[in-house]
Amino acid sequence: MRIPLRWLSEYVDLTVPIDELASRLTIAGVEVGEVISTGGDWDGVTVAQVVDVSPHPNADRLVLATIDRGNGENQTVVCGAPNVATGQKIAFAPEGTLLKDGHTGKPAVLKRALIRGVESAGMICSEKELGISEEHDGILVLPPETPIGLPLASVLGETIFDLDITPNRPDLLSVLGVAREVAAVTSSRARDPSIEYEQAGKPIKGRARIEIRDPTLCPRYVAALVENVTIAESPAWMQESLVAAGMRPINNVVDITNYVMLEMGQPLHAFDFAKLRGGQIIVRRAKPDETLTLIDGSERQLTEEMLVIADAESPIAVAGVMGGADSEVGRETSTILLESANFNGPSIRRTRHALKVETDASRRFEKGLSSGLPPIAAQRAAKLLVEICGGRAAEGLIDVSPRKAKEGRITLTQERLQRVLGIDLPAAQVRQVLSSLGFGCRWVPPDRFVVRVPHWRTDIAIPDDVIEEVARILGYDEFPTTQLRGEIPASQPQPRYKLRERVRDALAASGMQEIITYSLTDLETLRTVLPVENLTATPPLHIANPMSRDHEYARTTLRASLLKTLAVNSHGATDRVALFEVGRIYLPRSDDLPEEIEMACGVISGDSVDRWGRTVDAAPRFYEAKAHVEHALTDLRLAAFYETSVDAAYLPGRTAAINVDDRRVGTVGQVHPKVAAAFRLDDDVAMFELDLDALFPLVPEISHYRPAPVYPSLEQDLAIIVDVTVPAGLVLGLIRESNLVRSASIFDIYTGDQVSKGKKSLAVSISFQSEKKTLEDRDVAKERTRIVERLRREIGAELRS
Amino acid sequence: MTSPTVSVSEIEAAALRDLAAIQTPEQVESWRLLYMGRKGRLTTVLRSLQALPIDERRRLGAHANAAKDRVQAAYKEASSRLADSIVARVIEDEQFDVTLPGPPLPRGRLHPITQMLREVVGVFSSMGFQVAEGPEIEWDYYNFEALRIPADHPARDMWDTLWIDYERDGRRQMLLRTHTSPNQIRIMETSQPPVRVVVPGKCYRFEATDPTHEWMMTQVEGLAVDDGISLADLKGTLAAFARRIFGQDRQVAFRCDYFPFVEPGMELRIDCFLCRGEGCRTCGRSGWIEILGAGMVHPEIISNAGYDPDRYTGFAFGMGIERIAMLRHGIDDIRHFYANDLRFLRQF
Repeated sequence: MRIPLRWLSEYVDLTVPIDELASRLTIAGVEVGEVISTGGDWDGVTVAQVVDVSPHPNADRLVLATIDRGNGENQTVVCGAPNVATGQKIAFAPEGTLLKDGHTGKPAVLKRALIRGVESAGMICSEKELGISEEHDGILVLPPETPIGLPLASVLGETIFDLDITPNRPDLLSVLGVAREVAAVTSSRARDPSIEYEQAGKPIKGRARIEIRDPTLCPRYVAALVENVTIAESPAWMQESLVAAGMRPINNVVDITNYVMLEMGQPLHAFDFAKLRGGQIIVRRAKPDETLTLIDGSERQLTEEMLVIADAESPIAVAGVMGGADSEVGRETSTILLESANFNGPSIRRTRHALKVETDASRRFEKGLSSGLPPIAAQRAAKLLVEICGGRAAEGLIDVSPRKAKEGRITLTQERLQRVLGIDLPAAQVRQVLSSLGFGCRWVPPDRFVVRVPHWRTDIAIPDDVIEEVARILGYDEFPTTQLRGEIPASQPQPRYKLRERVRDALAASGMQEIITYSLTDLETLRTVLPVENLTATPPLHIANPMSRDHEYARTTLRASLLKTLAVNSHGATDRVALFEVGRIYLPRSDDLPEEIEMACGVISGDSVDRWGRTVDAAPRFYEAKAHVEHALTDLRLAAFYETSVDAAYLPGRTAAINVDDRRVGTVGQVHPKVAAAFRLDDDVAMFELDLDALFPLVPEISHYRPAPVYPSLEQDLAIIVDVTVPAGLVLGLIRESNLVRSASIFDIYTGDQVSKGKKSLAVSISFQSEKKTLEDRDVAKERTRIVERLRREIGAELRS
Repeated sequence: MTSPTVSVSEIEAAALRDLAAIQTPEQVESWRLLYMGRKGRLTTVLRSLQALPIDERRRLGAHANAAKDRVQAAYKEASSRLADSIVARVIEDEQFDVTLPGPPLPRGRLHPITQMLREVVGVFSSMGFQVAEGPEIEWDYYNFEALRIPADHPARDMWDTLWIDYERDGRRQMLLRTHTSPNQIRIMETSQPPVRVVVPGKCYRFEATDPTHEWMMTQVEGLAVDDGISLADLKGTLAAFARRIFGQDRQVAFRCDYFPFVEPGMELRIDCFLCRGEGCRTCGRSGWIEILGAGMVHPEIISNAGYDPDRYTGFAFGMGIERIAMLRHGIDDIRHFYANDLRFLRQF
């Protein structure tokens, strides 16, 4: 909402500097988004009066001018202008003001100066110094009625506040509404514009008829009739005001309706009375087959949901949104029927959504306007129609208000005020603030206020609303600041988010970079990484109003996001990139919110290098990925076992299911070459996925202490020959089951000439240790024989000679 | 059997002779094992003294111990001499170029949003707030209606919404949550006062992206409800938070703002830490930077939760983590966060 300050000053005195006013309004909740200055940067320049002119003691062409700034102290400055004279209203700049230099035209800060032996702090400005024109032969002389002390910007040029009005305050979509706020934050009073006008015509009653058929959607309809208007341009002052507020002047009648809307916040509509069939207005819902051509020229299909203004035959306007072309005011119009009505906000909002037209009227109505406003605005507009368009107003108004609005009364206790604000406020202060905003406020001893809410404050309904009024005008910063006291609620032992953050930490610590990617994706991408059956079984949720084709579905896997990001970051280079993300996937459920599962996914590509940047022959990336998984699981004190698995996105034969406590918790593997190719990645990319929601219930809450063994360990190597298909994990698992085995690990795998075809040799390093005694060689030999025997029995292993 | 006396003297002589010839640390160690180890020659002879009758043991013992001390002293001296010679050799011609790199260790970092989020949550944790979480795909009821934003309410324009293609009763009801505020309702539904929680999470808006707008965001919601919580507590809590994140010397100010689910509503601002309130590009020349929205929980919401609205009051707040991270690190474009360019991510 653009509020020109000059217009604003018609309803309230602007007594504080512009920046200060902007700041106070912003603090009170009326955010000044921008201060637009069309005249110049006149911060600090105010209107003053020359009260005395006397000769300069040391210079013939200079004078000493004494000026009254309206602040109680007169000030004398040196002035060189030939036209300065006692009694003039002039623009005065105190020292420190940023002005344009009268000679160079460059901006300069005005300093205190000694001019021919007389000190001068401040200056009477020329138009050039103010940036208004190139005129520098004399000072700017203002009209004699200009009030002393006003900021120059409020009387000359245009300074405009561009306000960001919150949706609860439709009353502030008006100059008068903002004036009331200004009054409250500057401890002054707003002035209502005059609504008295000559009613020279015959009474309106009997000449026009108004009927409301849907009182829920139209609680009040006020009409005024003005005859003999002459359609012409509106006066310059009105056009300037409209332009400053951001509207285009059309003709005097339309401009008046817009002017009053901007002034008071009540949208008005002027109908050409001659075009109203039956001289009648019917406010009703549209019939199913009705259409209407709007002022913008478009023909619209109406629905029963929409409220229309109709004459005796058909709709002539969509209520509160836009008028129809047929009843529009034109050159030949002479009698105006002026509509000033109140409509139901949600209904207007639905209608403008359905018609996809947003207007200044609908923007106001949809926020719920005061039903006290229509008669006032109708009278104000009628007055202007009479005065500007030479019209003759019919006597009286038609005011149909089937639902009389009740006057809002709220009882506010001192106890509530204290409870919410944390401070006791003196009753007088509360009363003062509320009455500055136009509220009535009566103190009812011993402990409460009875507050009367002004009709335009449709947002005030409960005591706490009134508390906000008091707090925002006094300023929240004026209230005390304390820290929370009281009981701190009990906490959970091992919250999920903490486990999740541990997974993040572990993966980052093992050398992976965390990424965060969008939760929405497209179907094509999902198809690349998920088998068809999967997409059929859990079809991803579709966004009804996606912003782009790329973000149309809620992802059911993190895979694609990681592979995409990997591709973006590979830049065709072979440097090692290891990325992970911890985020949610969304699995649909019928008639319910989707199941949101927390997943961790990681991808690895590129080569490791040594300290000379040379590629090193590291383990295959599958095993690197597995190492990261192991690192994270070990951090959670979990042990996993792996078994060959199949998954469409992974390369068969190089894919493993990750299991913990017999539960499948994830997958690790080499990315399927076709999938890699789809993302323009090279063949050897490894990936893992962990279902954190499956994993977390398995994490032990507390780890129990076991003393370090006191007896020494004995190391022995064992070489066995098994079928190539026997997983090393199985061999190690069997060995580790022995009570005397502390640890076992593979240190060599051999296939080739030395062993028969279809066999492999596994070299295992075993550490034997007892918790009860120092093991002798013969204890170890015995246990070793038992292990070899078991391996032979269960997996057909032979000792390698 | 040779006399232990003679043996001790002979072994001592041999040990000292061998020691004198030693050049390397490895030789010192094998010398130590040969003479002074658990099965070393000197050790063995000394141990054999224990088998002698007490008189003889006493007579030979002193001699033997003296010999052992001498050998030990010589050993110490030789070790030290050797160490000196190593130092001398390194200085002479085995110095390292200390400017050469070590082998590269894998380097991983957390996303800047994760880092910022943890810091923010950490501040509130230290004030007794616990972490709770809620669904990202929400019902209209929790995201809007229960927060006093019914259908066709003009405040809906404050949150442009991405809707799920799902209708119930002829109306779209499922959406990507536009803020973390639905969790105020979810938490109050399932707990009793005192309540003190923060809820971090992703939020989504139907919004075109530009340097300051992104359609996916990370927010932190806060909620405290108890008997006796006032606006003063809200101010104190948030001022403490702002100073811990942006510096103890920050000026903190509050202005009135509107959110349908709080009353009174407000916005927290800090003085611009770049220009210190003078006005610059970062603060839009106002000297102030908006940090978060907050307010006292609307009594209707307190009452809908089944709490006694005359007794219980509370405050709620919500903030965008991206914005805080941008201010903190001087990031000029919000789109960097989810573009995931490593050249960006590796800077944090």
